[in-house]
Amino acid sequence: MSVAYERVSPRFWIARQTVLAALGLPLTAAAAITAAVLGGGGWVALPTGCAVFFVWMWLVERGRYRAWGYAERDADLIVRRGLLFRRISVVPYGRMQFIDVSAGPVDRLFDLAAVQLHTAAAASDARIPGLRRTDAEQLRDRLTGLGEARATGL
Amino acid sequence: MTSPAPPPLLADHWQRLHPLSPLVRFGRLFVAVVVIAVPSLGTVQRGHREQLFTLLLWAALLILGAAAGVIAWLVTRWRIDGADLQIETGLIRRQSIRIPLARVQAVDVVAPLLARLLGLAEVRVVSAGRGSEHGRLAYVTAAEAPVLRAQLLALAHGLSRETPQPPGIALFHLDNAQLAYGLLLRAPTLAPLSLAILAVVLTVIVPPAGITLASTTFTIVAAGVISSARAYNDDFDLLVSEAGDGLRLDRGLLQRRHETIPYGRIQALRLVEPLLWRPFGWARLEVDIARQGEPRREGRESQQIARTLVPVAPRVVVVGLLQRVMPDAVVTPPRGSRPPRRAVTRAPFAYHLLAAWHDQRYICARSGRVRAETVIVPLDKMQSIRLATGPLLRALRLASVHVDTAGHRWQASALCRDAGEADRLVWSLAGLAGHARRRRSQLSPLPIA
Repeated sequence: MSVAYERVSPRFWIARQTVLAALGLPLTAAAAITAAVLGGGGWVALPTGCAVFFVWMWLVERGRYRAWGYAERDADLIVRRGLLFRRISVVPYGRMQFIDVSAGPVDRLFDLAAVQLHTAAAASDARIPGLRRTDAEQLRDRLTGLGEARATGL
Repeated sequence: MTSPAPPPLLADHWQRLHPLSPLVRFGRLFVAVVVIAVPSLGTVQRGHREQLFTLLLWAALLILGAAAGVIAWLVTRWRIDGADLQIETGLIRRQSIRIPLARVQAVDVVAPLLARLLGLAEVRVVSAGRGSEHGRLAYVTAAEAPVLRAQLLALAHGLSRETPQPPGIALFHLDNAQLAYGLLLRAPTLAPLSLAILAVVLTVIVPPAGITLASTTFTIVAAGVISSARAYNDDFDLLVSEAGDGLRLDRGLLQRRHETIPYGRIQALRLVEPLLWRPFGWARLEVDIARQGEPRREGRESQQIARTLVPVAPRVVVVGLLQRVMPDAVVTPPRGSRPPRRAVTRAPFAYHLLAAWHDQRYICARSGRVRAETVIVPLDKMQSIRLATGPLLRALRLASVHVDTAGHRWQASALCRDAGEADRLVWSLAGLAGHARRRRSQLSPLPIA
């Protein structure tokens, strides 16, 4: 069955790229300087390796960004994630115990927030990162409303 | 209870626990101290003064423990106030606990050996949030305990407290000899046992090697023996009966316990068939209940509560009881429940047991490498569904589907299914679970939690 997934905000991808660049560029530059100072030869492998690693990481992050998705259906919320290890979680609205909206320092810089759903089962792992703060709050309120309307006992 | 309950027992005024309660608590400390102190006194050769000093230290510890016990008893009181059970305790940090009886999940009666000898028993009021952490009345007299239990339950159901406990129908009575054989045929028992036999044989043939083996493996053997003895002690003479409110379990050799598992709280059942039991056609039935994780310090005793429904019995009997709890559940894998042949690459040791099937009401999944474990989850208990694949699974066009419940022990996991089938399974389970929930809320309009 095909589900129309909502994507997370493109800002999430920008935030991820920024973090990656903040880590990758100085490291690669430092490696390049080290190679230049120690003088050519086998040392060239160091900055090249760094660059290849971070380009690969960039590709992985892009794939993971594209994999994130969520869909609000009539009775349940579906969250999709993961590039290599793909996961799809289905959480009925009536089963939600509480909903968290959290934002780390990087998230706040880009006006992002993550919505996490908690059920009575410890293994449930429905989390949607990288939503615009206002979107996240709206989603939380919507979900809370749906949850209250459909609440069932354990 | 057949005899009408004496009303003064649940009087509204404050009352203390039984005066002998500190003695039972002290008894545990005493045993612990004796176990630790006596060998250390006996083995270490030291001067008289030092020995006297150590002895005094242990004695002081004992006296302190006894005093603490007596004080704890003196400052603890309880009463029934309307529909609440109220317990006040603590000398320095006073604690006043009020348990609304309408929210009570179960009332258990536990009698440890020493308490039994003194004619006492503990009443535990199990609530949804904190388990039995706070609602413990340790101890009242053994005659009072069942009456108190019945009255608390009657209040919990919103009836007048004189309502007699509904009679139970016996469903299953454990064969103690079979329990002994079943425990004997477990790996945790057999491994130390064979080690012990090996040590004895070696001692006869090559004495030095045998004695080395015996001394090194002694702790393992002792641990195995103790764990088996405990299991035997816990489940001895188990009687499962059915009452209006759920299943009742009475069991124990030295320590007797009486527990209730409310039907609505059962999140999942698990049928376990260990390899060595299969030739005899025996099985075990375990239960998973929605209950908050209780703190560690309460120890083994509370963890033990109502986990095993049937420790060992012929499979037919076990399945019969299972179907009593979950009507119409299918326990044997039907046709088409096996994962595709290529799954053997991903799960070479478990493939021969993997199976998953579902109907309108239950999802069942069998897994395990050596022993077969079948988890049965009623769909109306489902909390979430997860579909998971990894690189290897995807290369094999496989996926796993997990069904989570509010229990803390297992999930129903359909492992290594065909990718397309797993996808369809997720959506059909989501729909079926929704139907199951609605059906149940029509049946019982009152929310359980």
